Amino acid sequence: MDTDKTTLNPGRLLAQALFFGLFGLVIGVFSHWPVYQVLAPGRAVVKVSFTHHGKPVSECRQVSVAELAKLPPNMRAPVQCPRERSPVRVEVDVDGQTVYQHVARPSGLSKDGASSVYQRLELAAGPHEIAVRMNDDARQTGYTHTRTGSVALRPAQILVIDFDPEAGGVTFK
Amino acid sequence: MSAATVPVGYGRRTFQRLEHWFDRPLGADLNPLRHLGSLGFLFFWLIAASGIYLYAVLDTSATGAYPSIDQLSREQWYLGGVLRSLHRYACDGFVLVMLAHLLREWMFGRYGGFRRYSWLTGVPLLPLVFACAIGGFWLNWDALGQFSAQATAEWLDGLPIFASPLTRNFLSAATVSDRLFSLFVFIHLGLPLLLLFALWFHIQRISLAEVFPPRALAWGAVATLLLLSLLKPVLSQAPADLALAPTQLALDWIVLFVHPLMYLTSAGFVWGLVAAVLLLLTLLPWLSRTARAPVAVVAPDYCNGCRRCLADCPYAAITMAPHPMRHQAGREIAVVNADLCAACGICVGSCPSSTPFRSIAELTTGIDLPQSPISELRRQLHSGLAALQTQHKLVVFGCDHGADVQALRGPDVLAFSMVCTGVLPPSFVEYALRDGATGVLVTGCRAGSCEFRLGQLWTAERLQGLREPHLRASVPRQCVATSWADRGEEVLLAQALDTLRQQVARPDEPAPQR
Repeated sequence: MDTDKTTLNPGRLLAQALFFGLFGLVIGVFSHWPVYQVLAPGRAVVKVSFTHHGKPVSECRQVSVAELAKLPPNMRAPVQCPRERSPVRVEVDVDGQTVYQHVARPSGLSKDGASSVYQRLELAAGPHEIAVRMNDDARQTGYTHTRTGSVALRPAQILVIDFDPEAGGVTFK
Repeated sequence: MSAATVPVGYGRRTFQRLEHWFDRPLGADLNPLRHLGSLGFLFFWLIAASGIYLYAVLDTSATGAYPSIDQLSREQWYLGGVLRSLHRYACDGFVLVMLAHLLREWMFGRYGGFRRYSWLTGVPLLPLVFACAIGGFWLNWDALGQFSAQATAEWLDGLPIFASPLTRNFLSAATVSDRLFSLFVFIHLGLPLLLLFALWFHIQRISLAEVFPPRALAWGAVATLLLLSLLKPVLSQAPADLALAPTQLALDWIVLFVHPLMYLTSAGFVWGLVAAVLLLLTLLPWLSRTARAPVAVVAPDYCNGCRRCLADCPYAAITMAPHPMRHQAGREIAVVNADLCAACGICVGSCPSSTPFRSIAELTTGIDLPQSPISELRRQLHSGLAALQTQHKLVVFGCDHGADVQALRGPDVLAFSMVCTGVLPPSFVEYALRDGATGVLVTGCRAGSCEFRLGQLWTAERLQGLREPHLRASVPRQCVATSWADRGEEVLLAQALDTLRQQVARPDEPAPQR
């Protein structure tokens, strides 16, 4: 009678060593290899990213005296502005070709939050003409912010197209 | 004894074949494929121990993290460098054995019924382990960490739940602050603690859970990872530079394969894949419902509260309570939790009242399976032996999940297949020999293969006198043999039976040693 317990003889030890050697080999190989090509040689990355509150969807409204009278005293604001923000429309052209178009909806249940954009674009390294057009006001047709510029992208360079009102609008970093 | 042997699916057959292939050189009970869960625990302990040291030397600032870890590998390669590599390789090992463990349990159909709890608590471990592992790459703020953090942020942004994209945290060096690194540290320390808690849940309904592999396997695994750490130490890649995109990376494909998969497809595809896999794994216990066998029943008149069933139950389904009967005052009684009971019958084999030598006409034991009562085994054994007309009569006790014993039946062989070999009280072996049998072969699954975890081990130990109730020393050992064989290995049983047949024909010779 036996319990099927294994006794470790030299043969078994060798087999265990081979098994764990194989296990170690799998880990050793696949934790480093094959090399992953994240970005092809001679390519650069453009990231279009911003978080921006669009303008209110409509004008503020002067509240009449009669309407104010119906409101509780603590709510009698003479001007009422809509909470909802305009969606932000963005277009990016590279060398005259539109490479990205997107309408970013305002966040929040009442659509009163910021509109966010993140897009990763890959371009060939070298000089490029980049044009960015934005509209953040539903009351206006056309574009409220534009930026055009020449950039010389180095291989693997990351160019960030952001929106910073304090820096004058669309920025290239 | 039972109606039919349990059918074996293709997946199980394939996996079993693989295990048997490794059994030959490695030994069944030292086959790592049978200890995947406990190897996972070992790797977890290695990760935790090496991680404590790494955390002590890690500079948790955005600018200090990379040099602190890089210096560790270069200036203290013999300790810090080895521990860093061990941390990483143990993590890879953990992921591999976890996935293999999942596949094995799936192939063996171990996800429904009484196993549903263990299966369902195992499903969240998958995303948790990957979250813990991936977060570790960010702390070493090199090009790989930068790539992984950005890819993870892009993946999370695929779900429209964040007011501001997480990827904006990685647009420039100015946005990667010490606060962000504190969050990284929190993720990489907090999630493993949660993982430990989840692992504890995972094994809650298993008694005597193997949270440490056999010593030989543990030494083998540790030595392998240490050797790998020395031969191929993990080194930092170029420091993170958010103005430059990484071009080529030595990627840890075992953990980080999801990033290339996302760039090959899309964030939405990976979200869909993850959701589909987790949903499938969660629903699996309900997709193939099988009728649940009636659970063990305690007979208060015959239970004296000896606690042997409590000690032997593999699924912690038995608790003890004060005995309700007046004449048993001060004693305990076994109570079966029907939700946890696997209906394996191992408790029946452990009960001292299961001895067939009791003189009562209808053998009633302290705890029994209603679908195959122990009295039925005694009755069939007695009538079966009487019906055999040969000089040498052989009895085979086997189980429904191991090698099929029905094929062994013959003019001189009486074969019984039980739910689990653990159902067999050792006294039945002696009873059979006294009732006319000249030899008894006890068989069941291979070591580590028992459908109910501990049935084979307990039976072997009971027969060897290492566990109660034990086979009495007065039983002639040359008349008793064991053969542990899985389904499909019936030829091994036939060989063992032939050996026993020859042995009992020459009773003066000592029993052959395996």
